[in-house]
Formats: sequence, C-alpha cells, structure tokens
Amino acid sequence: MRGTRLAASPGGVMRKIILPAGIAARMFLLLIAVSILSFILITESPIDPLTSYVGAESTLSEAAKDEIAAHWGLNDPAPERYLKWAGNLLRGDFGVSITYKRPVIDIIRERFSYSVVLMMIAWALSGVLGFAMGICAGLRRGGVFDKAVKTFCLVLQSAPTFWLGLLALSFFSVTLGWFPIGMAAPIGKPAVDVTFADRAYHLILPVLTLTVASIGKITLYTRQKLIEMMDGNFILFARARGETTGQLTRRHLIRNIALPAVTVQFASFSELFGGMALAETVFSYPGIGTATTAAALNGDVPLLLGIALFSALFVFAGNLIANILYGVLDPGLKAGGDYV
Amino acid sequence: MSEERASARQGEPDRTILSVRNLGISFGMYQKGLKRTFLPVIRSLCLDVRAGEILAVIGSSGSGKSLLAHAILGILPGNAAVSGEIRYRGETLTKRRRERYRGTEIMLIPQSPDYLDPLMRVGKQVVGTHGDKAKLREAFARYGLAPETERMYPFKLSGGMARRVLISTALVGDPKLIIADEPTPGLSAELAKGTFAHFREMADNGVAVLLITHDVDLALGFSDRIAALYAGTTMEIAPTSDFRAGKNALRHPYSKAFIDALPQNGFRPIAGAQPYAGDLPEGCLFAGRCPERTDECAGAAPIRRLRGGEVRCIHAT
Ligand SMILES: Nc1ncnc2c1ncn2[C@@H]1O[C@H](COP(=O)(O)OP(=O)(O)O)[C@@H](O)[C@H]1O
Ligand SMILES: [Mg+2]
Repeated sequence: MRGTRLAASPGGVMRKIILPAGIAARMFLLLIAVSILSFILITESPIDPLTSYVGAESTLSEAAKDEIAAHWGLNDPAPERYLKWAGNLLRGDFGVSITYKRPVIDIIRERFSYSVVLMMIAWALSGVLGFAMGICAGLRRGGVFDKAVKTFCLVLQSAPTFWLGLLALSFFSVTLGWFPIGMAAPIGKPAVDVTFADRAYHLILPVLTLTVASIGKITLYTRQKLIEMMDGNFILFARARGETTGQLTRRHLIRNIALPAVTVQFASFSELFGGMALAETVFSYPGIGTATTAAALNGDVPLLLGIALFSALFVFAGNLIANILYGVLDPGLKAGGDYV
Repeated sequence: MSEERASARQGEPDRTILSVRNLGISFGMYQKGLKRTFLPVIRSLCLDVRAGEILAVIGSSGSGKSLLAHAILGILPGNAAVSGEIRYRGETLTKRRRERYRGTEIMLIPQSPDYLDPLMRVGKQVVGTHGDKAKLREAFARYGLAPETERMYPFKLSGGMARRVLISTALVGDPKLIIADEPTPGLSAELAKGTFAHFREMADNGVAVLLITHDVDLALGFSDRIAALYAGTTMEIAPTSDFRAGKNALRHPYSKAFIDALPQNGFRPIAGAQPYAGDLPEGCLFAGRCPERTDECAGAAPIRRLRGGEVRCIHAT
C-alpha cells in the first residue's frame, strides 16, 4: 500500500505542473466548440431575426429591411458572420441584443445576477439538506425513513423540473395564495422601490422548486457512500474502540463523506443550470433562463451566443472545482503534500 | 520465569479473562439466483486467555485469526453469522457488555494501517473517545514517536510509524485484555522484539494478551502458550515450552509440521494446501495433508486435553 502511494506521487507532481496550462487550453477549446455549435443551431433555425425585430406586421419597405439586414451582416455567408462575431468578441464586444436592443454584456450581467442568487441558494440548500438526509437515511438503512427518502429521491430524479414548478405554483400560489405567481418583484412596482423582502419573497418558490429538483442526486450519493463506509476498516476500528454510532458519525463519517459529496455537488452544476432555466420559465423569473427562451424565440444570435459562452464557463467552473477536489482526495496527490 | 507464572496460575484457577467456546462463523452468500447459502469459515474454535499470560495464536494466512479477533470485538461484517459462546471475565459477552468494554478494557490492535481514519490527526485518533492524553504521550515516547506525530495525518506516517501508532491505540486506556492482530510486520527486528517485551511486561502486570502473530521466533520467546489455528479451528493449544522443545513434545501432526517448516528446522513445507474456507471437509480438517491419516480421521475430531495441553486429533498421544 505504501508502495502504490509513493508510486502515485510523481504523477501527482506532474499533474500539478500541467494543470493550469491544460485547463486554459481545455476551456478555450470548449468555448470555441460551444460558440460554433450554438451559432450553427441558431442560424439554421427557421426563425428570421429580421422579422422578429421589425415585427411580422411591419410596414417597413423592402429596401429599409435590406438596409437593416446589411447593417447586421445577415446577408453575409455564415462563416464570415461567425468570424466577425468572434473578432469583435476578442475586442470585448459581445454585440447588441436584437430582443432587448441593448448591449449583450449588460443583459447578461443583469440576468446572471438574478440567476446566480437563485442557483446558489438552491445549490447550497439542496447540498446541505441532501447531505443531512443521506446521512440519516444511511445510518438507518432499511428503516422507514430510509425507504421514504429513497422513494422520494427516485421519484424526484425522474420528475421534470418544470412539472415540479407548475405543481408548486398551482398549489402554493394559486390554491393557497401564499406566494406570488412569478417575477422577481411585485408587478408594477418601480425598480428603486423594490425591497430586499420583495426579492426574497419572490425567490422562495423558484428556490424551493430548484432545491427539490436537484436534491435527489446528492441525497442518494451521500447515503450510498455512508453505507459503503460503514463496512470500512477505519469505521470498524473506531467501533472496536468503543465509539457509538453518534460518535462515529460526528468524528469520522461526516468528515470523510463531506468532501466527495461537495465534489459531486459541484459536478452537478450543469444539471442545476438546466433545472434553473426551466424553473425560471415557469415562474417568469427574469434570470438567464428566461432571457435564453426570449433570445431563442427571436433568433437573437448575439445574445444567445453570449449566454451560451457564459453558461459554458459556469458549468466548466463547476466541473473544474469538482476535479480539483477529486485531486485533493487522491492519496497520491495528498502524499505530494500541499493540499491538506 | 514461565515456571513461576505457571505455578501462580495453578494456585488461582479462575484467572480466565477470555474464553471462546465452539466459535463458529459463516458468511451468508447469494449463489445462483436468490438462494442464500452460508459458507462456514470458522468452526468449533476453542481457546482461552488468562490474566497475566500471553496466548500466541499462530497459523497460516486464511486460517481465521483476524476473524477470531473481530468476533471477540463484535465488528464482523453484516453478513456473518456467529455461533458458540464468547465469555469475558466469566460473563457471556453480550452486545451491551461489548459496548461497555471496547476501548476501555478490551483493546484491539488491528492488522493494518488502513484501520486509521485518513482524515483525522493521529493524536486525536489514538486518544479516541475513551483514551487519556497523558498515556498517549507516554506510549509515543516509549515507541519512539516524536510529539509532532500527534499532529500528522495517517498518510504522512511511514509503515513502521503507522504500526507503532496502531500499537499505541491499545495503550491509552487501562486494558485488561489486549487482542493484537499481527502487530509487528514492518517494524525493525529490534522494535518488534521491544513490542513483544512490552506485551510481556503488561502481561506480568496482569493483562491478558491474545497475540496473533507470524513471528514464531518472538512468540516462542515471549508467550506462555501457543494456539495453532488451521482452516478455522484450533488444532493444538500447548505451553510454549512444548513448542520450544520441538516436534516431539507437541501433540498434533499439524503443529509438528508447522515447527518443521520453520527456517531453523530446514524449511520443510507441508505438502498440499489448507482446505478452502467454503469447502471444508467432514471430520479432521487436516486429514488431507496428514502423514498419519487413517480411515477413522473421517469421523469427528473433538478437542481434548492431553499432557497439559489441548489437541484436536484422535491419534494424538
Ligand atoms: N467478509 C468475508 N466474507 C467471506 N469470507 C471471508 C470474509 N472475511 C474473511 N473471510 C474468509 O475467512 C477466512 C479467514 O480470514 P482471516 O480471519 O482474515 O484470516 P487470517 O488468519 O489470515 O487473519 C479466509 O479464508 C477468508 O477468505
Ligand atoms: Mg489476518
């Protein structure tokens, strides 16, 4: 066992050196791939950005329309348009959104600030609650609570987020009237008057939906990990030294499961992102999800590309953190010394 | 010195700390579909350990030594079924009593360093929930572990340090029974000897030590009695002096062959292999390899007293 650890450490050192350059290259390739793919998808879609811009009933002359199209470069060949967009991007110019008629970067900044709040709260909440539920269920494996949690999670994992959202909306907002139907603030209230309480109140249902939608994975993972660990040698030894189940949990289990669980939670950023887009649409929450829907429906190429890039970066960051955490868990890297 | 202890023992007949009677362990396995079968790996294992003595347990790997230790401490896996009786200080070791004595009176020294929690600092871990910080310092000093060791995580320990840490875990309480499962591999000859000498010292102070070991030389030098395990049962339990005296003083063909197989006796290996745990033959478990086998060996071979020891062989004299 010693041998394999020692053998693993040179690899760990190598990995540490290669890491930053490799990450940058991978991220760059990812962004190029995502932007090309999104570009093809949008330009091939049947939606005509010009029609959606001027409106189907527009009385604008053909000549004026042509002028607009030429201004946007809509008549140029697709590769040329892509390269032009990419060139502008390198100068920090994301372009102007057709839908909102404002710079893409402003819209993304504004919408992300709403979405990040929603996502981070749901992420933390589902992480903490899921972890606690997983620990409790695993400790009483086969018991009533365990069975209930397992069923609950399996059902949730196969339930679509928008369906959960609709369910929450119709029950809590429509039937009980406890929460607003949607949006991020009371309708018609001037933005300057919107209070923190307003924001929080409007966040509750979307957060709840997103939390519930993403809690299944972490709960089942934690439970499984705990069950595996219970038969592990160091738990057996701690038990042989007189530790009670409570002491085992506090002293060894939580600590040893927390790190892999956090890793899993980071790795599920992409699912969280997808769930968030759907939850936002159901609740008309003005985040990145609803902006995506609007942009797609309007053939808003610059906005969609901008959103695609930022979303990819976000998910990439989640996976990167997860990978680094895996590295921390790797005994070879650990033997290298720097992480603990 | 062992003469003295032997007579002291006879003077007080009830010094037995641990008594294992007809221990059986089998593992539930699912074979072909949902049929659950039980593989017996330990059968009618009997031994006892008295206060003030070291009982060395020897036997090739797979003979069930670790399972015996784990059964005493109640840390067998969930699919293990246990039969027979384990008594501690005259009382059946029930679940509740086990919970009371583990870590306070009954101490396990486990077989390998991966019995340490990788994410807990060594010092905190060795003290555990019942230990004493001062005793930890004492144990570390005795085993040549620097005080900084306390702040280390297990992965930082060398193999030899990890061994000494494991041994120290048994010293932070007030043990009455120490169960050491191969505590010395990876230690220098000097440290291994020092460890055995320490067990000897503790035994002389009244502790009962069940010492599972592959180091027969040290066992011969420091133990009071030796139990030879084979295929999950006790073949012979005899005073160490008999093992020292050589094969003619021993009772069972297996322990005789075991002594013959030692380096100093010319490394004569026993032909054949230990029967596979799940596929134990009826009758004497050693019969397949025994030079003195007869047809009667296919029948039951109960353990019986013979010349101040115990043996599981119908032919032994
Ligand atoms: N969890 C288990 N399930 C099935 N068989 C087991 C299990 N643990 C141990 N055994 C078997 O029991 C026998 C004795 O094991 P063990 O007590 O570890 O031997 P050793 O004398 O080397 O310490 C071995 O043949 C092993 O394969
Ligand atoms: Mg063993």
